[in-house]
Amino acid sequence: MNWGENYVNFLSDPDFWNTLQVSLVYAGLTVVLELLLGLGMALLLVRRTRLNNFISVMLLMPLMTAPALAALMFKLMTNPNFGILSYFMQVLGFENFRWGSDPSTALLTVLMVDIWVYTPFMMILLLAGLRSLPTQPFEAAALDGVPRWQQFWRITLPMLMPYVLTASLFRLLDSIQQFDIIYALTQGGPGDTLMVFQVEAYLNFFQSTNIGRSTALLIILWAITFVLSNLFIKNWLRLRERARGEI
Amino acid sequence: MHEKEKSLVDAFVRGQMDRRELIRGLGALGVTATGGSALLNMAMTQAIAADFDWMQHSGKSIKLLLNKHPYTDAMLANLDNFKQLTGMDVSYDIFPEDVYFDKVTAALSSRSSEYDAFMTGAYMTWTYGPAGWVVDHNEWIMDSHKTNPAYNWTDMLEGVRKSCAWNGRPGGELGSDDAMQWCIPWGYEQNNLSYNAGMLDKAGVDVPTSLDELLEAAAKAQSGNEGIYGIGVRGSRSWATIHPGFLSAYANLGEIDLNISSDGKLSAAMNTDGSKAFHAKWVKMIQDSGAADWSSHTWYQVGTDLGAGKSAMIYDADILGYFMNGGDNAMAGQLAYAPFAASGNGTPTPNIWIWSLAMSKFSKDLDATWNFMQWASGTEHGLFGARQMDFVNPVRQSVWDDPMFRDRIAKNYPGYVDMHDVSAPGAAIKFTAQPLFFDLTTEWAATLQKMVAKEVPIAEGLDQLADSVDRQLKDAGLG
Repeated sequence: MNWGENYVNFLSDPDFWNTLQVSLVYAGLTVVLELLLGLGMALLLVRRTRLNNFISVMLLMPLMTAPALAALMFKLMTNPNFGILSYFMQVLGFENFRWGSDPSTALLTVLMVDIWVYTPFMMILLLAGLRSLPTQPFEAAALDGVPRWQQFWRITLPMLMPYVLTASLFRLLDSIQQFDIIYALTQGGPGDTLMVFQVEAYLNFFQSTNIGRSTALLIILWAITFVLSNLFIKNWLRLRERARGEI
Repeated sequence: MHEKEKSLVDAFVRGQMDRRELIRGLGALGVTATGGSALLNMAMTQAIAADFDWMQHSGKSIKLLLNKHPYTDAMLANLDNFKQLTGMDVSYDIFPEDVYFDKVTAALSSRSSEYDAFMTGAYMTWTYGPAGWVVDHNEWIMDSHKTNPAYNWTDMLEGVRKSCAWNGRPGGELGSDDAMQWCIPWGYEQNNLSYNAGMLDKAGVDVPTSLDELLEAAAKAQSGNEGIYGIGVRGSRSWATIHPGFLSAYANLGEIDLNISSDGKLSAAMNTDGSKAFHAKWVKMIQDSGAADWSSHTWYQVGTDLGAGKSAMIYDADILGYFMNGGDNAMAGQLAYAPFAASGNGTPTPNIWIWSLAMSKFSKDLDATWNFMQWASGTEHGLFGARQMDFVNPVRQSVWDDPMFRDRIAKNYPGYVDMHDVSAPGAAIKFTAQPLFFDLTTEWAATLQKMVAKEVPIAEGLDQLADSVDRQLKDAGLG
């Protein structure tokens, strides 16, 4: 195969476009959902009390679990014979809910594991950001009788934006390179439902010994990561300057 | 060893007395069965040293890359005899199967000389051989200076031996006269039925003898037993889903994976009418009577569900049924075995998986490594493993003919020996040998998943698969 032929072939390769789409959808959904959940949890825990400090430490526990182990735990919990999550679904009236075995629920299943493992990461970064915000703007807004939700939208969120972007960037870079959770749960299936870059590259290298295609996939992944991180960093710098009142 | 015991064992090894006389004689001398086996093994090691200079590589060391497997356990249990026989030292790394082939690929693709020999499957050598990562073992097998005259290469079951040999031409016949012997068979698996006799009895189901009967039996067994599913077959998105029961049934019905034109070009054969009819039945069987999480089932889940009493039968590797009938498994002692011909003609033609040994092209001392290879795949070690360990299924006819082994298996594994004997003549690799094997079969498995999930109708799915296969073959210059 000539130099660059793998890249040219990607243009007309439906498997490649499927991989690109699945990877971006997976990364986008995990970042958005984990951001929303993490922000919600951080807002609930922002007051410095003993209980909140204890809960925030406990909520970090999933982050201590290796993602592949978390995937295997969920594989057991979704087992149709004895899995506790399968049992709950039965109780809720979903007979024979197939989790990762069904293309229509496979993405939901791996998202669930990813969210369980990584939401605490979002939570802890955003909590640190919230607790470091200056108190004067909030005191002034309270004196002026600004409602809480307006304080959130107009003061908290803009000032928190550098933290939101930092946390999102870290998670995005991690999510778009996802391998262990998806491979341990479904090996990229059913069909090609969850065939993300890293799984496709792994199978190409180790199973098909197609080292050229595998490398080309990883180079494309690197390029996507590079572009996305540049976009994020530029925005992060702009927002930081704005937060400092420099622009 | 005392002289009396030694002379008894030597007489047995020389063929001057049969097994019953040996056992009786040792019993009279107060030797237990275990002690007798050990004596026998030592005597056999001495016997194979008689006509060949096993010590020619004395003092040398080799290193092996091994998969965690009962075959490996049997070899390690006998390794001291090899060291004593040859004066060689053997070190090894053992990895679980989940990561084993990644290690092999990494070692070979980086041309590492760390490992002299390794375990492999025959399918893998379709990549390793043409890439120049493994040697053609014929060079050693045919060399009377390097190979023990008692090695008896043709004692290896023909279908198994030939399945490890390929001439490297895409579509080339396995075991042809110009084939390279890319690996040496060590142990192998036929794909047949292992079933829970109690569950089938309870549901009033006879052991099925055709694909139609299998569908019916699986459905009845499932409805006749609470909380189980009817049949276990693999379903993960992997080439390994295609090669066991699926391809065995497919091939038995006369279907093939690829056409070979007169000019040697390959094209997909999965979308014929016969293939579509077969796929329709297979998919229905999984939808009606398979595991709810079938698409994540590897050999492990298929086996352990049978052993745990969660499935009534499996159409998979016979040795899975063997291992699930012992140990701590809930269903230990309740499993039985039957040969299976999907066509109903009573002549099984199972596709096979062969755990083999291969020498790395990058080994620094291939002749010394061959000493180990011929010992590990020799009759004496085969007998040791089969009689005393779980070295099933052996690849040598002489081991299958051994009364001690047959008695042991027949006693604890009802129907197993008969199943093997009936199936062995037709047992061989049924795939077309070609370098895109893993790509095409993995895609086949992914298509099967889509069909079972009703994402795509069967005929349409197979047409799409055939188009994709043809395109890949053309891109690779094979079609």
